[in-house]
Amino acid sequence: MAEVILHRREVVRRVLDDRGDLLVVTGLGAPAYDVAAAGDHALNFYLWGAMGSAAMIGLGLALAKPKLRVLVVTGDGEMLMGIGSLATIGVKQPGNLGILVLDNRRYGETGMQPSHTDSGVDIAAVAAACRFPVARRISTLAELDDARGLLHSTQGPVFIQAVVEPESVPRVLPPRDGNEIRLRFAQALDRIER
Amino acid sequence: MDEEADQTALWPDQIFGHLKRARVRQVGYVPDAGHSRLIQRCRDDPQIRDVVLTTEEEGVGLVCGAALAGERAALLMQSSGVGNCINAFSLLKNCGFSCLVLVTMRGEFAEFNSWQVPMASITEDCLRLSGFVLSRVEHEDEVDEIVGAACDMAFDGLTPIAVLLSQRLIGRKKWPK
Repeated sequence: MAEVILHRREVVRRVLDDRGDLLVVTGLGAPAYDVAAAGDHALNFYLWGAMGSAAMIGLGLALAKPKLRVLVVTGDGEMLMGIGSLATIGVKQPGNLGILVLDNRRYGETGMQPSHTDSGVDIAAVAAACRFPVARRISTLAELDDARGLLHSTQGPVFIQAVVEPESVPRVLPPRDGNEIRLRFAQALDRIER
Repeated sequence: MDEEADQTALWPDQIFGHLKRARVRQVGYVPDAGHSRLIQRCRDDPQIRDVVLTTEEEGVGLVCGAALAGERAALLMQSSGVGNCINAFSLLKNCGFSCLVLVTMRGEFAEFNSWQVPMASITEDCLRLSGFVLSRVEHEDEVDEIVGAACDMAFDGLTPIAVLLSQRLIGRKKWPK
């Protein structure tokens, strides 16, 4: 494997910079902290549980709001738990949905045990096989710049697997009250549509 | 295996009528004989996005995503699928999402496959413990009223509700001799 030079916080910060009306769903754990660290936003729906559900929440949103972009930011472990979602998304072909997997090849919340991707299981290839028209594995800043454009504006569904350093970074905790996160999101979405 | 639901029964059309009346726009399902006619009606309707799932728990995320965007969704599943959903159902309780689930029962009335029975026997308890209000339909003449009431409760009352459609209603599963 080539030397990993991407850092998760930088990846998320660059992708969410100047995000406009992007709707963001995060997987639980480190990806939620990464998204919060990039700046809390009413159009972020952070998961604190229900592991494996992030991509499907993204699909429900994307189907309901075809004129807005939806981005799911999650980890390799969470994506693996909902891997069948890629097949389900492949059937519906939502052009406005992107999935960004921060692949540190570890289960970070439970002690950095190796995940399946550490053994070479290729989830970008799974996404491609599930009819994602764009499915890339990236590991450099130049590739990240391209990936940002793909996630924000290319006809999808778009799948980006960003290979990131398996590092521990300070926790930046998003709101934890699920009702508050839901209401805040729904109200913000209502406002941008008026 | 030959599985045929009665394609002349009216009750799937009554359920479909309630989903339309309630302005349901997304329907998630795993293919199922008991729901086959309802699924086909949803697939044929241009206002409804039908989403075929690889496992029922995906449907819970789908419903929550739709609800975040202010859109109504429903889930169709077999009793065996309820067990697949349990952790995902925590989304409903934690975030206050409503949910309408229409469950076709296997593993009860005249079931020939004993492997279906253990999950069927705990389906109601699983749903109740997961925060659902339950309704059960035994006879065709109850479908319209009970499903209509369930739609009102799910979408106006914002209460997660599951309607169990009994195996007696759906009809015995035919076992090829």
